[in-house]
Amino acid sequence: MYFHPDSQIIKLQEHARDLRLDSIEMIHRRQAGHPGGSLSAADIVAALFFHKMRIDPQNPAWPERDRFILSKGHASALLYAALAQCGYFPHEDLRRWGELDCHLQGHPDRLKTPGVDMTAGLLGHGVAVGVGIALAARMDGLSFRTYVLMGDGECQGGIVWEGAMVAAKYRLANLTAIVDFNNVQLDGAVHDILPLEPLADKWRACNWAVIEINGHDMRQILQALDTADEIHDRPTVIIARTTKGKGVSFMENKSHWHGVAPNDAQLAQAIAEIKGAGHHG
Amino acid sequence: MAEISMREGYGKALAAYGAANPNVIVLDVDTSASTLTHFFAKQYPERFYNIGIAEPCMIDVAVGLALSGKIPFANGFSALLALRALEQIRTCVAYARTNVKIAASYAGVSDFKDGPTHHSIMDIAIMRAMPEMTVIVPADANEAGAWVPVIAEYDGPVYLRISRAATLPVHDPTVTVQIGKGITLRDGGDVTIIAAGSMVGRSLLAADQLAARGLDARVLEIHTIKPIDAPLILQAAAETGAIVTAEEHTILGGLGGAVAEVLSLHHPVPLEMIGVHDTFTRTAPTTELLMDAFCMGVEDITAAAERVIQRKR
Repeated sequence: MYFHPDSQIIKLQEHARDLRLDSIEMIHRRQAGHPGGSLSAADIVAALFFHKMRIDPQNPAWPERDRFILSKGHASALLYAALAQCGYFPHEDLRRWGELDCHLQGHPDRLKTPGVDMTAGLLGHGVAVGVGIALAARMDGLSFRTYVLMGDGECQGGIVWEGAMVAAKYRLANLTAIVDFNNVQLDGAVHDILPLEPLADKWRACNWAVIEINGHDMRQILQALDTADEIHDRPTVIIARTTKGKGVSFMENKSHWHGVAPNDAQLAQAIAEIKGAGHHG
Repeated sequence: MAEISMREGYGKALAAYGAANPNVIVLDVDTSASTLTHFFAKQYPERFYNIGIAEPCMIDVAVGLALSGKIPFANGFSALLALRALEQIRTCVAYARTNVKIAASYAGVSDFKDGPTHHSIMDIAIMRAMPEMTVIVPADANEAGAWVPVIAEYDGPVYLRISRAATLPVHDPTVTVQIGKGITLRDGGDVTIIAAGSMVGRSLLAADQLAARGLDARVLEIHTIKPIDAPLILQAAAETGAIVTAEEHTILGGLGGAVAEVLSLHHPVPLEMIGVHDTFTRTAPTTELLMDAFCMGVEDITAAAERVIQRKR
């Protein structure tokens, strides 16, 4: 476990704020995308891309890099913002997201966008693909870690649990899954559509180590990621309790904002609120 | 004949190739005693992963291995791979263009005793519709083995269709194969029979019977359904003026469909298709009986050849 000074926490909160701003502006400009689940996962993605992961934006194919799979591929705006802010490609590319000749697809495409480790979009693949990457790392004697960021609704699909069982069978301690548990999906609240609770028990029953945190508390996020490094006999899932649409009051906890773009006035309000939230939003 | 089954030819070749290529990783879904990947598993347990009865998961795990430079062979029953794991294959193998080799065993009606749930008669049509996918249908055990190093050394997704059965032997153990290059097995000028898989051996028998009736049939083996060898097919169309396709698959969208596309676009000639006629099959005591019962008999081929020759003008 590492000590994380306040200055580091504040810096990462600023990164999360910038990711939220880019995400919401991208979705507004394109009038398409998924704001709710991008805003809910921004703190987690900031912690990974600006602190935790060993990555080299100048060398996206570096064999020893940590891997990141955005299994909830609909949060692509958030991933693209992180990749651009890390320097994988010019920040101005974000303005052209979704144009016919732009490398930024509706959902992440590993063949078109530098820094995208795996194509995603249709839900459920991340854990099982992560198993394959983690097995290869073990065979090759490489120490990198594979992170899989999932949605909560995604856990309603059976393949997630197929992958979870295989990861446990092979005791893949180099695999960390993070569930962005914002409890809201396209059609409504997760507990109304198809209840997941007790979600932690489900993962424990699959022989995973489980860490439950507030997914907007940067210090808790960093400590959870550190703790996963110290678990050597099984994969770890971090269940991050989050707020869908976090940081934009009229979007928070509203399923309407799963996949709807804000209009000009809504964008202005969203930007003001995200900027105004300060370091502890 | 004491020929071995196609799955045994494949399974033994995979184990043998494992020594030459340490990047080859083999995955199975609790079917290694059926697909015969157990030969590989015994020799290279550290490179064999049994995923359990979860075909979609196996495909995604194979994708992850491929992303890290491994050459995964994902094995299972054709009906389950082509149907249950289809979205994984479409999204994570074909669209993401990962270097996964899908070895689909028990294809066609070769799992005669388990019945139509286990038969796989639409997999070629499904896989052929997919961009980036190479679709290969070997004719016999020797050819199935010959494909192992070839597809391992090809960079890209491959669907290799393996029969459970001992199909009629066509090739000797030294056969060499090339992706997208058909094989002229018998020359002839009156009609061309274009066959794949278990129907290649049957087509050669049909050609013998046609010769006894004074008809000179060419036999082409089109093992690569995609990318298809259009030049060889068009040459046959030009030189013989009549085509019969023969496959252990529905006549909709498989080899017959692929050949029909080539002919109708470039050189239309009379065409007859041998295969299952858009129906589900049945359980039977042998694969051979099942093939005869569902319009894939040698007599079906000869009758189609005579019909198509009649249609020439």
